[in-house]
Order: sequence, then structure tokens, then C-alpha cells
Amino acid sequence: MNFGFPMRLQYMISGGDFNNAGAAASSLKKILKQLSIDSELVRKIVVALYEAEVNVVAHAYSGLINIELDHEKILIVIQDEGPGIPDIDKAMEAGFSTASEEVRSMGFGAGMGLPNIKKNTSTLSVESEVGKGTKLEMIIYLNT
Amino acid sequence: MATIKDDNYFHHALKVMDDVCVGCTHCMAICPTQAIKIISGKAVISDNRCVDCGECARICPVDAIIVEQDDFNLIHNYKARVALIPGVFIGQFPERVETGDIYSAIKNLGFTHIYEVENTVGFILEGFEDYENQNEEGLKISPFCPAIIRLIQVSFPTLAKNIAKIKPPIDIAAQYYRHKLLKEGFKEEEIGIFYITPCAAKIASVKSPVGVKDSKIDGVINMQYLYNQVNIELRKPGLQKEYQLNQDMLSKEGVLWSLTGGEKPHHSGKSIAIDEIHNVKEFLEQLENEVFEKINFLELRACDQSCAGGLLLSGNRFLTADRLRNRAEKYPPLKDKRLYKKNTEDDIHLGDIEPRPMERLDIDINKSFKKMAHKQRLMCYLPGIDCGVCGFPDCQSLANEIVQGKAGISYCIFMQKKLVQRGLLSKESADAINARIWGENRFQKNCEKNGATNELS
Ligand SMILES: Nc1ncnc2c1ncn2[C@@H]1O[C@H](COP(=O)(O)OP(=O)(O)OP(=O)(O)O)[C@@H](O)[C@H]1O
Ligand code: SF4
Ligand SMILES: [Mg+2]
Repeated sequence: MNFGFPMRLQYMISGGDFNNAGAAASSLKKILKQLSIDSELVRKIVVALYEAEVNVVAHAYSGLINIELDHEKILIVIQDEGPGIPDIDKAMEAGFSTASEEVRSMGFGAGMGLPNIKKNTSTLSVESEVGKGTKLEMIIYLNT
Repeated sequence: MATIKDDNYFHHALKVMDDVCVGCTHCMAICPTQAIKIISGKAVISDNRCVDCGECARICPVDAIIVEQDDFNLIHNYKARVALIPGVFIGQFPERVETGDIYSAIKNLGFTHIYEVENTVGFILEGFEDYENQNEEGLKISPFCPAIIRLIQVSFPTLAKNIAKIKPPIDIAAQYYRHKLLKEGFKEEEIGIFYITPCAAKIASVKSPVGVKDSKIDGVINMQYLYNQVNIELRKPGLQKEYQLNQDMLSKEGVLWSLTGGEKPHHSGKSIAIDEIHNVKEFLEQLENEVFEKINFLELRACDQSCAGGLLLSGNRFLTADRLRNRAEKYPPLKDKRLYKKNTEDDIHLGDIEPRPMERLDIDINKSFKKMAHKQRLMCYLPGIDCGVCGFPDCQSLANEIVQGKAGISYCIFMQKKLVQRGLLSKESADAINARIWGENRFQKNCEKNGATNELS
């Protein structure tokens, strides 16, 4: 644990565990609400992390979230082990989804996750290797 | 008329009676906003966090938390003395008691006019129709329950903008009735409008309104008090039953309005009704993460069974709700009488509802980060038992107080023991800390206390 600047947080995600999908986002939200960060911004950060977390649960096998937070920005890196994304541009399109019937029956799979992340972050980079996994790096600047 | 004195002043109707409070911590544990701490063995409610939901008063085993109210005799300062009654008042009485008799009894007690607030739900529905046409798609949260509005302001600030800007029935009814009496020739200062409240939250909303510039209500009467008085009147022989019902606009929908699900059917798209404040909290917590599919309208009420479960109602909340549902059957449906717009010249729109987040550690971002780091460090030491012996609801709350400089780590009984063992804190200082939290005499033998006497609780 590190206590100064930047504040660092780490969370694990297990694939398929829909019961706990969003746990990291909820935990981060509790912390952000205590810091003097604009509540609209808190919402954006939480929504972006939530969507990314659900993607690991829905599409990959396991994942790790690393968060670095200081008074200027929040950096969130989500690295997963999973099937990877063959065509990232396509995946970024609103409405594109390969979600299984099972995942859809739980109310996911609208193909809006990645576009939502894009919309709510200052920068987003997606790297992926098919058969290995996917890495999302997002930054949200706090003094906009 | 009640006006806001100061923007930073939040009126609360719940008060702890120090001489009755036994410092049992039940209220501290149940408070949904962690607004209660113990000082000198007595519960203390924080003005900034309290949302007036009344959970503390409900759970208090010795009835030490009371609802402040206006003196009933205030009504006699006015020539036209209006009792604004929410329908749940009627629901408390067994079905065999005629509504007309209840009204007559209220008149005997000194009121000159009686009006049920739910007469005005038509205004609200019309207001909503216009509102939904003018505003873009998106979530709207009902402004009906003032405890929920306050909960959103303090705990869910991002949702404050979603509260629909249409006044609740209490305000519209007060406005409407005042106009009606003015038209009938009464002078402004002759009219006294008194709301018969089912809860502390409505009192708070009248005394320091949120989104309403000035309340048209002159006083608030505790429903419990009126219920008892009416019962006495009803038992008197020869009750004058001359009262003419003024129910020109009361509808089936209106009677159901204050029950759970009362507003929900009037909204298209996905709408959800949730009652009981902890349920509401859990839902909003998830909603903030946008976990749910598109929801158009949320009806949220702080009390279980909504106002039928209001703190100041007598009797069983399920029976009250059932009686109201039966009563509703006796009234015509709303759509037959859409004459509302013509009837109100007043503005039925609510102003902005400002968030006032209470969770932040500091308004300065750098300081808040430092305090957060400090807090995390403290949490490594505090045992996470959430026992409340420090006088705060949980270890996190103690950590918050410590980083704000308002408590010390030795407030934690486990840390205190360690510090004494290591010679870092004297036994006397430890005793002094415990006395500060729990009072001088708390740890002396006392066979008079609750549980030690015959009245085991
Ligand atoms: N971590 C990941 N690993 C593998 N594939 C992924 C991952 N994240 C996204 N994808 C792929 O990209 C597609 C689009 O993702 P996106 O989050 O936009 O929509 P979705 O998850 O299918 O549906 P929604 O997020 O609306 O519930 C997914 O259907 C999936 O094929
Ligand atoms: S549900 Fe009704 S009685 Fe309960 S706090 Fe809200 S308005 Fe008051
Ligand atoms: Mg997704």
C-alpha cells in the first residue's frame, strides 16, 4: 500500500462472476466521493470503470485493475487474460457486440460498453492480442 | 409564513431528549447517513447529514427522539383555519368510521376548513405531462418524499439534477387552497394553513424548503396528536355531523398517491417504485454506476409502505395501506375531471435542488487527498469491528473524525488497550476518554437502567 501521491489502488476481477461485476467501480466511487472531485466527474469515472469491469467479466477469464490517482488525473489500467479482440475498431462501434445469449439475458450485450468508456474518458487506448488478452488504459483529467 | 433564514441552515424536526436518551447506540447503527454519534453518553444528530427520515426515532427503545411540532393553539391566530390533510390520516381509522365523522371531529377541534392534499394530484400529472414534453429523455426522480430529496442531496449528489421539478401535493394543495380562500374574500393574513404531518421529513421541508421559495404553510401539526384528539371527539356523545365534504377533485388515483406505487402507473416507459430508505439507498448506489437499463421514472419513499408507514401514524402500516386501497375504490377515476390547469395561477414548478455532498473530507482537493491517505493509514490499525464503542457508527466514521481533528485513535477501545499496555497512554487518560464518550457514570453499577429493572426490553 502506498499512502502519498499518487494514490494507488488495485482490484482483481474474475471472468463470469456477474454477481461481483461492478465491485471495483463501487469501491472506487466510495473513495472518490470523499475526495474533493466534482460529482459529475466521479460519475464519469465510475461509469467507465464499471463498463470495463463488466467487459472482463462478460468476455474474458480474469483481470487486474490498477488505478493511480492524483489531484490532476486518474489513470486506470485494466489488463485481462482472455480471448482478446480481433478487430478493435469494430469493437469500438456503438452497437457491436459478440455477447453470448447468456450474457444478453442478463441485460448486457448492447454493444455500448466501449463507446461509453470512450465518451466518459479524456483518453482511451485499447491494446489486444487474440488468444492472450486485452489491455485498456484510460485517463480522466480532474480539472476540466 | 415559513421562510428560509439562511442557505446553510437546515431545519430538522427530530430532536434527542438528553434526559431520556440512554445512549444505547441503536439509532447510531440504523441511521442511513451515519448522522448520529454519541457524546457524553447521549445521541447527537449531525445537522448536515440528517435527512429527517425518522429511522432513529422508530428504533429508539426509550422514545428519546421526538418530533418537534408547532403548538396546536397557533391555529387560533387565524380566521380561516385550514387543516391540510394527507389521505393516510383517514386510513388510520377502522373502515366503520365514516370519513364525514372524522372531518366533523376535526372541525370541532377548531378548524374551519379541511382539505385533503391529494385533491391536487391532477395538477401534478398535468405538470408532468408538460414537463416530459419539454425535457429531453432521461431519468426523473419523484420529488414527493422530502427525506429522499435530502438523501439524494447529501449522499447521491449526481442524481440531484434528476429530481423532477414539479412541486409535491403538499405545496400545490397549500397554494391552491390559499387562492381559493382569497377568492372567497378572506384576506391574506386571515388565512392559516396547517399541514397535518405524517413524518418529520415533511416538517423539515416546510421549515426549510428545498426548491420552493417560500412555503405557503403556516404551521405543522403532528398527525399523532390530531389522531388522538379526533378519537376523543368521536367518542363524545352527539357529535355534530354537519360537515360538508369538500372533495371536488379527489380521485381514486389521488387516494392511492401516497402509498407505494401511487405515482408509478402515471409514467410511461420503465418506472419503478421503491419504499424504505435502506432499499432506496441500495438502489441508488447501483444506479449511480448506471448498472440498470433505461429507467424513466423513480418513485422513492423513505418509509416502508410509504406514508402509511410514516413515523407519526398510529396503528399498523399494512392495515392503513389496505384501508386506503379500499377507500380508493369509492372515488371516480381521475381522467374524468381534468380541470386543474384553470384552477391554479401559481407556479407549480420546483426550483433547482442543489447537491450538498457530505462525504468529502475537505473542499480543497490537495487537502482531501492528504486526509484520504491519513484515513487509509488509520484503517490499517482500526480493527474493523464496527462496534460503536468509540461513539461513532463504524471504524470508517471514527477514521473520518480523526482526520478532521475531532477525535483520536485512542477513542477506539482496542487501540486504547494496546496504547495503555505499551505505556503510551495512562489509565487515567483512557478513563477520561471513555467518560467523554459515554458519560461519567456509565460504567458504574446501576440497577435502574433499562433491562436491569422489571421492564426488560
Ligand atoms: N475485455 C474484452 N475481451 C474480449 N473481448 C472484448 C473485451 N471487451 C470488449 N470485447 C469485445 O468488444 C465487443 C464490444 O464491447 P462493448 O463493451 O462495447 O459491448 P458489449 O460488452 O458486447 O455490450 P455492453 O457493454 O453494451 O453490455 C464485445 O461484444 C466483445 O466482442
Ligand atoms: S414516505 Fe411519506 S411519511 Fe415517509 S418520510 Fe416520505 S413523505 Fe414522510
Ligand atoms: Mg461491455
